[in-house]
Amino acid sequence: MSTAIADDPITLAVIQSSLQQVCDEMDLSFSRAAFSPIIAEANDRSDGIYAADNGELIAQGALGLPVFVGTMQFSTRVLIEMIASGAVAAPQPGDIYIVNDPYLGGTHLMDVRFAMPYYVDGEIFCWLSNTGHWPDIGGAVPGGFSANATAVEQEGLRIPPVKLFKRGVLDSEIYSIICSNVRVADQRIGDVKAQSAALLVGQERLDQLVERYGAAGLKAAIEELRRRASTQMRHRIEEIDDGTYSGSAIVDSDGVVDEPLTIQVNICKRQGELHIDFDGTSAPCAGPMNSVLATTQSSVYLAMRHIFPDVPINAGAFEPLHIKDPEGTFLYAKYPRPVSGCAAEVSQRIAEAVFAALVPALPHRVSAAPAGTSGNFALGGFDPERERSFVMYQLSGGGYGGNHDHDGLTNGCSTIGISKSPPVEVMEQYFPVLYREYSLREGSGGAGEYRGGFGIKYSIELRRGEATASFVMDHGRVGPQGVLGGMDGMPNTVTVWRDGEAYIPRHLSKDQGISIKAGDRVEVCTPGGGGFGNPADRPLSKIQSDLENSYYTEQQIKDSYGVDLP
Amino acid sequence: MDSVTSQNNKSGTIAGIDVGGTFTDLLIFDASGRVAFAKSPTTLDNQAFGVMNALSDSGKSLHDIDVIVHGTTTTTNAVLERKLARTGMITTRGFRDIIELGRRTRPQPYGMFGEFTPVIPRSLRIEVSERLDADGNVLTPLNVDELKSAVQSLINHGCESLVIHFLHAYANPQHELQAARVAASIWPNAYITTGHSLLSEYREFERGVTASVNASVQPILDNYLEKLQKELKSSGYQRDLLVMNGNGGMVSAANVAREAAKTVMSGPASGVMAAAYTGRRAGIDKLITYDMGGTSSDVALILDSVPSVSHELDIEYAMPIHVPMVDVRTIGSGGGSIASVNDAGLLQVGPESAGAAPGPICYGKGGTRVTISDANLMLGRLNPDTLLSVDNPVSLDAVRQSVKEQIGSALNLETDTAAGAVLTIANNKMAGAVRMVSLSRGHDPRDFVLFAFGGAGPLHAVAIARELGIPRVLVPARPGITNALGCVVADLRHDFVNTVNRPLDNVDSDLISGILQRQSAQGRKLIDAEVIDIESVEYRYSADMQFIGQTHLLNVPIPSIDTTAPALQQLFEKAYLERFHVELSEIRANLVNLNTTVIGAKAPVDLGLLIDANQQKRSLDEARIQSRAVWFDGHWLDTPVYQREFIPHSATLIGPAIIEQMDTTIVIEPDCRATSDTDGNLLIEVN
Repeated sequence: MSTAIADDPITLAVIQSSLQQVCDEMDLSFSRAAFSPIIAEANDRSDGIYAADNGELIAQGALGLPVFVGTMQFSTRVLIEMIASGAVAAPQPGDIYIVNDPYLGGTHLMDVRFAMPYYVDGEIFCWLSNTGHWPDIGGAVPGGFSANATAVEQEGLRIPPVKLFKRGVLDSEIYSIICSNVRVADQRIGDVKAQSAALLVGQERLDQLVERYGAAGLKAAIEELRRRASTQMRHRIEEIDDGTYSGSAIVDSDGVVDEPLTIQVNICKRQGELHIDFDGTSAPCAGPMNSVLATTQSSVYLAMRHIFPDVPINAGAFEPLHIKDPEGTFLYAKYPRPVSGCAAEVSQRIAEAVFAALVPALPHRVSAAPAGTSGNFALGGFDPERERSFVMYQLSGGGYGGNHDHDGLTNGCSTIGISKSPPVEVMEQYFPVLYREYSLREGSGGAGEYRGGFGIKYSIELRRGEATASFVMDHGRVGPQGVLGGMDGMPNTVTVWRDGEAYIPRHLSKDQGISIKAGDRVEVCTPGGGGFGNPADRPLSKIQSDLENSYYTEQQIKDSYGVDLP
Repeated sequence: MDSVTSQNNKSGTIAGIDVGGTFTDLLIFDASGRVAFAKSPTTLDNQAFGVMNALSDSGKSLHDIDVIVHGTTTTTNAVLERKLARTGMITTRGFRDIIELGRRTRPQPYGMFGEFTPVIPRSLRIEVSERLDADGNVLTPLNVDELKSAVQSLINHGCESLVIHFLHAYANPQHELQAARVAASIWPNAYITTGHSLLSEYREFERGVTASVNASVQPILDNYLEKLQKELKSSGYQRDLLVMNGNGGMVSAANVAREAAKTVMSGPASGVMAAAYTGRRAGIDKLITYDMGGTSSDVALILDSVPSVSHELDIEYAMPIHVPMVDVRTIGSGGGSIASVNDAGLLQVGPESAGAAPGPICYGKGGTRVTISDANLMLGRLNPDTLLSVDNPVSLDAVRQSVKEQIGSALNLETDTAAGAVLTIANNKMAGAVRMVSLSRGHDPRDFVLFAFGGAGPLHAVAIARELGIPRVLVPARPGITNALGCVVADLRHDFVNTVNRPLDNVDSDLISGILQRQSAQGRKLIDAEVIDIESVEYRYSADMQFIGQTHLLNVPIPSIDTTAPALQQLFEKAYLERFHVELSEIRANLVNLNTTVIGAKAPVDLGLLIDANQQKRSLDEARIQSRAVWFDGHWLDTPVYQREFIPHSATLIGPAIIEQMDTTIVIEPDCRATSDTDGNLLIEVN
């Protein structure tokens, strides 16, 4: 029976889509029931199914946040190992573990993972796990993105793998410890309920699959699908000529020491596989721009998924990707290095370095560099009129790189995210701010045969009281790289106008604790995408249209394209 | 509602005309209780020709028609192909790029490619000084001089229509109204859309795009309707022309362009209205509609005989049209979806589609890749004699050969099995998509009846229902002209949305009833102004609510106009629990929008007239026209083929069976039991 299923391409295809469906339903259930907008609307969460013996990824929801591609297989593997060694209590049916420790296969502390063993006939058949980004996890600053933390303890509460649910019942003692350490704790229960309910949805749907195909049949199919995904990835990789490709990306600074950090990636293609190392990458840093290993690996996976979106996400697809542990670099941070910037910022820059390396090999599949920052601006203060404190976040997009087929998208979401930014009208309703401008950042897209998309420019004025601004952004030193002759996009800028005087953060894109008062303004310009191909090859009609729409000034067009337009 | 065999339609003779991608369908219920049909190829450049052809094919004199209700894709096509009227926008200083920036998204979760063209180009968007805050207070007065020069500049640029879109106009429309007056005084123009007028709801991108779409299709819709009305008049039609809206209601042609954006999606909406109407008469009030066409399938939910309505639909990437519309979701499979074997050696169906051109191989229009339709043909589900007619250069062998080469060899499967696999995978995929549509609205598909229509819906519906555990499938008498039927049964309808956006415990109950009363009166006035006769007026109220701290909205029906704030809190908590299975009574609720729908109901239409009882045979045997081998679950079964019109209305038949009719083919899977009712519906119990 079991081998019959693995040999039957029709049943295999049906099982593949059924496993996908299970994860998609978990994602849907989590988002729909979650309390926090960051999960409910921004979809900052992911759900998946993981192998019983080693935590390898079996399937993951299609609309999970891209940065979580693959991360939960690391955390599940660590959990399985810790259970085996006795470091963590052995599971019982109905147990759900909680963990957010970045060094145990995670991202940053705000990403809280749940894992539940799935049993068939008293044996663990697989693990169901999900990650949700909690709006707060304690620590020095609300929201967790401290721009100048120097140890993980300053970033929030670190939870080792423990059973939050024991045989289906919430452990109120553990929960109360968590609640005593996070802000706005009374709303967390809505997320905890949603996160655990999503795992139960997965359990119920898996029961149906087991009933239909039998545990042995399903297991055989899963193994076969893993094998086939690796074949598929190898086929894709064969599009790349044998050889070594290198790319790099520069992180502005770690937020503490004002020096750039280099991400260097070297990709050697041979025999249908990619051997990836980060030799030449900067050492671990003092500030929160370190990345933990799981996030570093995941960032490579997500870059490959952007390049080959048709390959399904499972451990087989990752098999031909051999990533050398970047020991001694800031991409393999160990306790107690601060890591809050890894998921939102460093991960994107790793992806960017991978794109930069592979674009000459795959010019039809890879674009020039996208904006590469989540543009996190937080403003916390007290609203005297409404007599309450507030914390607002403005995340923003930037230009995408041009590609072989068309210009880059304007104001696209970060590579690692899929969430929408909030409307200005909503922000002004909730917070004592006034947007003076929210516009396309003219001239920011890098010139090229296909130019980069444009970043945005916004200017936010505080209307009442006093507040403190902080920024965790990137790409302030250099703009997103143009490729194959294309020019770079414009870099990110932050300017705080206090009493009419400009303050520019020393680290350009990272700072915190900047006091402002009513009438002061924060002005941010996000990066434009890199250009693709030689600007001289751009058709005149498109250049004309760019001028007509004031995307560029006449001078900029003259400088980049060498043409004089009236 | 009881089924009544009326001798006379009270509304006189009604014609419903729906323009689809390929065909224009006409359905006429006449005053003496007879029904006429016509089908004519759609004329894309000017849909009026196809409409007039269909009318003339029907053999009816236009003098005898009392009402024509028209569903058109004119505005849909204009938006999707960006063949829009030259439109200018005047907007708040600092915000002219709102409709171009969107909400920082990309078309697909993976892949850094993607393009977006704003509805109005940047060069035609002009800023003026003015500013309101979120409470509607004026921070900067409207600068009239700047406004005037902006208007003049847009006139000089050859604009035909104008959008005035100011920040926070939903909270205070004063500046938009003033600007519209000033603009009209120097530019007399029927096409001035203010952002707040279509939808008084917060979110500047969505409201701005909605207004921009509206303005930029207004002249196009008006031109088209003018041409059509001229043609109709010269052929003798004297009455008013009514046009279907995406909300499933109709409005007179004279008024429709004012809110032209509402006609986008009118075709799919009318199909769902017909399904609700048909289901109600059949005593079935929970339906999932499944309309499978050539490139995609449309799915919608009907609860308590009322189609779900959403005002949060995107008609394509970053193109939100936030006016209330029947919530029709498009899933990616249609008859033209291409089957292929990928590098993993797995069969996949879609997302590539052969569409209408080059189309499936079996259409003989140059298609070379195997599609769902080709598999249906090869497996005897579609009638080869009909499809492969004399003027079709493709043979069944050629289709088989392609399936063998493209699918069978790659999978090491017999050709028949390979074609069967295409259907298995396609049905599995479509079932999954239908399930997600249902779950995303909080409903278990097993509680519904699947209503199958469109050319290909009934081919797959039973298999999909089986996959989903849906117990029954309803195939209406005329699945291929369901949209035209929707035009015939449609009522007058107006929807209103007003944003409140305040914690419920700060909301005065008088405020609630005040807004609902204002909305009701406005709707009543509009309905009274229409020329068509109305039997009754119905009011539906609802609130969009959320817990404070949340962003997603839940629509809560309000039973009475006098509902108090505490009652609303209870209704919300109950609805929340039902939808999300989470109880959060400790957290306060926020009232975001109040909505009213005013419906002017026409006289009922007797669907029993859709079938011609004279054609029915005395027994099932006589209704059988042939039998042929059809592939089911890995085997060829000798399968009886029936002519739909011949089937006696009390008959019960057990699958396997094929039922053919002019506009569709129905597949009854083995062991499923089908019975027909007096309206000509086929009800299939899925085994």
